[in-house]
Amino acid sequence: MKHLLSTQDLSRSNAIRILDTAEEMAAVGDREVKKLPALRGRTVVNLFFEDSTRTRISFEAAAKRLSADVINFAAKGSSVSKGESLKDTAQTLSAMGADAVVIRHWASGAPHRLAATDWIDAGVINAGDGTHEHPTQALLDAFTMRRHWSRLAGTGSEGADLSGMRVAIAGDVLHSRVARSNVWLLRTLGADVTLVAPPTLLPIGVEKWPCKVSYNLDETLEGGVDAVMMLRVQGERMNASFFPTTREYSRRWGFDDTRLRSLDKLGMKDTIIMHPGPMNRGLEISAAAADSPRSTVLDQVRNGVSVRMAALYLLLSGDTREPAATPALAYAGTHSTKETN
Amino acid sequence: MAGNTGTYLIQGASILGGEPADLLIRDGIIAETGNGLSADGATVIDAAGLVALPGMVDVHTHLREPGREDAETVETGTRAAALGGYTAVHAMANSTPVADTAGVVEQVYSLGRTAGWVDVRPVGAVTVGLAGEQLAELGAMADSRARVRMFSDDGICVHDPVLMRRALEYVKAFDGVVAQHAQEPRLTAGAQMNEGEVSAVLGLTGWPAVAEESIIARDVLLAQHVGSRLHVCHVSTAGSVEIIRWAKERGINVTAEVTPHHLLLTDDLVRSYDPVYKVNPPLRTDADVQALRAGLADGTIDVVGTDHAPHPSEHKECEWAQAAMGMTGLETALSVVQHTMIETGLMGWADFARVTSTAAARIGRLEDQGRPLEAGEPANVILVDPAARWTVDPFRMATMGRNSPFKGRELPGKVVATFFKGHPTVLDGELNTPFPHAASAGAA
Repeated sequence: MKHLLSTQDLSRSNAIRILDTAEEMAAVGDREVKKLPALRGRTVVNLFFEDSTRTRISFEAAAKRLSADVINFAAKGSSVSKGESLKDTAQTLSAMGADAVVIRHWASGAPHRLAATDWIDAGVINAGDGTHEHPTQALLDAFTMRRHWSRLAGTGSEGADLSGMRVAIAGDVLHSRVARSNVWLLRTLGADVTLVAPPTLLPIGVEKWPCKVSYNLDETLEGGVDAVMMLRVQGERMNASFFPTTREYSRRWGFDDTRLRSLDKLGMKDTIIMHPGPMNRGLEISAAAADSPRSTVLDQVRNGVSVRMAALYLLLSGDTREPAATPALAYAGTHSTKETN
Repeated sequence: MAGNTGTYLIQGASILGGEPADLLIRDGIIAETGNGLSADGATVIDAAGLVALPGMVDVHTHLREPGREDAETVETGTRAAALGGYTAVHAMANSTPVADTAGVVEQVYSLGRTAGWVDVRPVGAVTVGLAGEQLAELGAMADSRARVRMFSDDGICVHDPVLMRRALEYVKAFDGVVAQHAQEPRLTAGAQMNEGEVSAVLGLTGWPAVAEESIIARDVLLAQHVGSRLHVCHVSTAGSVEIIRWAKERGINVTAEVTPHHLLLTDDLVRSYDPVYKVNPPLRTDADVQALRAGLADGTIDVVGTDHAPHPSEHKECEWAQAAMGMTGLETALSVVQHTMIETGLMGWADFARVTSTAAARIGRLEDQGRPLEAGEPANVILVDPAARWTVDPFRMATMGRNSPFKGRELPGKVVATFFKGHPTVLDGELNTPFPHAASAGAA
């Protein structure tokens, strides 16, 4: 893997390899000393053209746990208003010797531009681009679902996929990079995905996606779901006629207390409720749902660090083999116990 | 017509792709046609295997001057035009300052005459500053030395229906035409690419076909209502072709244009996020491409217009959303049309002459362009080698713009010579010399 730009072109074997590697990384996070020497001497730049404290600190923690040097570059606002182009920024980072660039950008496709041009030679990880993709978010979601799904099956999660798992993704699909990355990845891993949204918040062309589409959250729940992922409704959508009022949105497409109770009534005791955060409590998700035992919101945050460690490790370890076991990592792991003590 | 431009004997050129014949060009006109012609002192051009066509007329060119001389100048743009087989171009009004007064259109016209590579016919803005609020002095531009007949706010749609109605009505006074950039602005706020399957995946804001089609439908009805002449710029969707076909069947005085890039490229290319494929209207689907080709072949679409839009490299070497819209086209139009229309069997060279020259000259009311290749006609003639193949290299073009979406493609057809008012501006496929205006002082 040279770059991680999208989940659409991620093969099943590479996806599972990342998730399996993330399991090993998670084990590091459980130790008292949460650090591996795997990326010592390598430089990871967090290049953020858009504010996202959560994603940035998650990547920062991941890189630091792998002993990489981390540079945070907050190119907030548009590159034009800043007066420096993406090209110049990239060339500057290249000259400083960046080995990997984690880029968050408001413009869809900006990470692809970095990867496709000769502006910089570093590996590129897409940390969310416009309304396009957010592949590490989808990977951490899949990681969270896989642990849950494997536990229900009574098996280990290593090497497993999501075959047969029914996932509903509800909310503003049109503007959601999380939804796009999840649709491709979950499908690759064998899950059955249903998108639930008002018709105004589904893209024209969604009928070609490998998933079902529904306008009715209750019907989707009644049909049986193993995971419900609620998407954040952005403030700027609220006055652009995508839906009449936030109350109407909440009643029809929000995961409210009534729907939380209906999961019990429908006998779906193992269904989890997910949210990529930050949540609008009372809008797309009720406080009771967010805080219920079904909620995996904090697991997702925790797993994010493991998944990002795996992505950085696989990108920078120079290991371009197709999946096998990851002995290199195991080796790095044993080493670390000695070195960090 | 100017005299003193020399004598050229073109031997054995296939006239409009038909039977070979000789053309004798002398003092700016086609003096004689036939077989076995001879003329003392003539420069003889062996045109065996070449097709002779009327010089191409572009209804839609952005020359960028005045104001954006870092993107293109009248000199460089018209050199590109000559190399591409053009003898006339319509320079769009979105310069800085906007070509919305007699002064600016006369400036552009003069720059074109001084350059001497092609006829430069300025297009006047419909509204002051392209702002869509108040009519520009259309009459003054029509009466100026530039004799403007085509008016357009190209790049921006005249979306106010009342203003569009008034413009259509007003230009009747001097046989003008309103060339509309059909784009409903509210339906395309922030639009980045064609709205459809590809935009859904790429997460780029969609430019729906209906935003073009709804304006065209409105405008043909307005043109019918006020009995005026409408030209639709760069038609890009299958639905637009249907609406225009319907309007022509009803006898509405509408003409339409398609760009070479819309005849060949689709929005699938946007998957690369390379802004060289960013253009307005956007690249559409293959179904649209096929409908545009069929529409051009059956006459629903009258002309090919390049929408040649050069940009400095920094406006394309950036994020997709930041990039400027537009592609160069003057030096590739002939090849793309040959590739998409002639080599597919949809058209012959006589049809090519119609859509690249005759019909375009008629829309712009250019009396000396788009004429038959017959004795006594102005010698705006090109020779094309249809068997040539070449690989597009934007860095070897005369235009300052390097933003060719055809970069790296192998295309057929090469312009071997361009005669502009009897003078060879291009010979042996290379730029020759501009038209010697000194010898024609006082000529129109």
